[in-house]
Amino acid sequence: MKSFTFERVDSPAAATMAFTRTPGARFIAGGTNLLDLMKLEIETPGHLIDVSRLGLDKIEPTSDGGVRIGAMVRNTDLAADARIRRDYGLIARALVAGASGQLRNKATTAGNLLQRTRCPYFYDTNQPCNKRKPGSGCAAIAGFSRNHAIVGASDACIATHPSDMAVAMQVLDAAVETVDAAGETRSIGLADLYRAPGNTPQLETVLAPGELITAVTLPKPIGGTHIYHKVRDRASYAFALISVGVVVQRDGSGRVALGGVGYKPWRARSADAELPRGAKAATAVLLADAKATHENAYKLPLVERTLASVLAQAKG
Amino acid sequence: MSVAAVSVASPSTVVAVPNKAAARPPTARVAFNVNGTAHDLELDTRTTLLDALREHLRLTGTKKGCDHGQCGACTVIVDGRRINSCLSLAVMHDGDMITTIEGLGLPGNLHPMQQAFVVHDGYQCGYCTPGQICSAVAVLDEIKAGIPSHVTADLTGAPTVTRPELRERMSGNICRCGAYSNIVDAIVDVAGGKA
Repeated sequence: MKSFTFERVDSPAAATMAFTRTPGARFIAGGTNLLDLMKLEIETPGHLIDVSRLGLDKIEPTSDGGVRIGAMVRNTDLAADARIRRDYGLIARALVAGASGQLRNKATTAGNLLQRTRCPYFYDTNQPCNKRKPGSGCAAIAGFSRNHAIVGASDACIATHPSDMAVAMQVLDAAVETVDAAGETRSIGLADLYRAPGNTPQLETVLAPGELITAVTLPKPIGGTHIYHKVRDRASYAFALISVGVVVQRDGSGRVALGGVGYKPWRARSADAELPRGAKAATAVLLADAKATHENAYKLPLVERTLASVLAQAKG
Repeated sequence: MSVAAVSVASPSTVVAVPNKAAARPPTARVAFNVNGTAHDLELDTRTTLLDALREHLRLTGTKKGCDHGQCGACTVIVDGRRINSCLSLAVMHDGDMITTIEGLGLPGNLHPMQQAFVVHDGYQCGYCTPGQICSAVAVLDEIKAGIPSHVTADLTGAPTVTRPELRERMSGNICRCGAYSNIVDAIVDVAGGKA
């Protein structure tokens, strides 16, 4: 690990100011992903700003009937929250489908959204990777790609976003609240947070340098049956090959998003509209522009079959 | 051993600056409590909690397996919660209460979970065992606290101690010898033996 200086701050304003003083710094909260990447020298910040004690650890109702989740709420606490379990069950289900108990006790809400891909070529510093070293090439495209993206990818990068929680939040129309060094705040819909890889896969979100996520907001509950189905290589503690998150209403209408297929949770309103017609119709829309590699074409039928299974389960 | 007054109030800002003149890596101070003993340490900022425990405090019961959060051998309990000590910087634990396997119990005065692992032969080589036991103790507390898991059928109900619940909740602790069924037996025993 490269050496770094360290400071702890006690407010979001102090955090963004600290970043302004030390360009190239990184915020650290749970640290479960960043520290791992620092050990491998994939991340080499010269300065760390500890944002784990900013008081952003509360889950509160919003004036429009929704909920505001502090950026530093731990994954365990979010999954265990009575209101989340009752009204936003999809999020609790997605959270407990991810990582291990130990990791969920440290990992934060904002950190979960900003975690980086688990593409093995991103992790292997002996291999080319446009995300880790722009311009070096992509070893995954012709390589071991069974875990990689089938939608939204580019000739430069076929990495997937690994979060389960983000898939559930995408279904529920979540937004992130941020503050920047000038004190400006904004709200960004989750669908707009992640950038398509294009020719710049090293740029993963629309956040400006030093812009800090302070909360995730959810609109008021939409009811319905919440199901998160994750398909993986072992029964627990593994990343998704694909995952399907749905909220289905009694009349058969609903919403769907996919995990493990692209650089962000994959959702389309036009696919939601096809849900009453079944898995085949909705999948056709979701995966209309899919492009598989020699190793991950299995994901195409797997998405449709998993969605069919989930819709059958929702009918009860 | 370094023993300082128990640190309750911590400074709001701790800044470590590089000392280029001496070409030494940046350090920072941290005070925390391990197994009832207060410690005040000056550490290279890169030091993980795991390395602080093993290399600085000589508490070698906590084991380093993968050092990447994948195996669970380094599991310790911080403020009542199990974490991977390999994926946490020591300097981020100022004011924390840390319990390691040595703090649960020692020969002659074993914690019930340690005793149950002995009785049920919940190990072979023993390397993952301290992490397994710390994790198991915390798992029973998590079930008691109503924290759901992937296999909890009713999200709004209270989870109970069942074998599927224990297997799922212990999935972050790998045992290369494959003592899993005996490990589950040991945890069931401590929980009251009804699962």
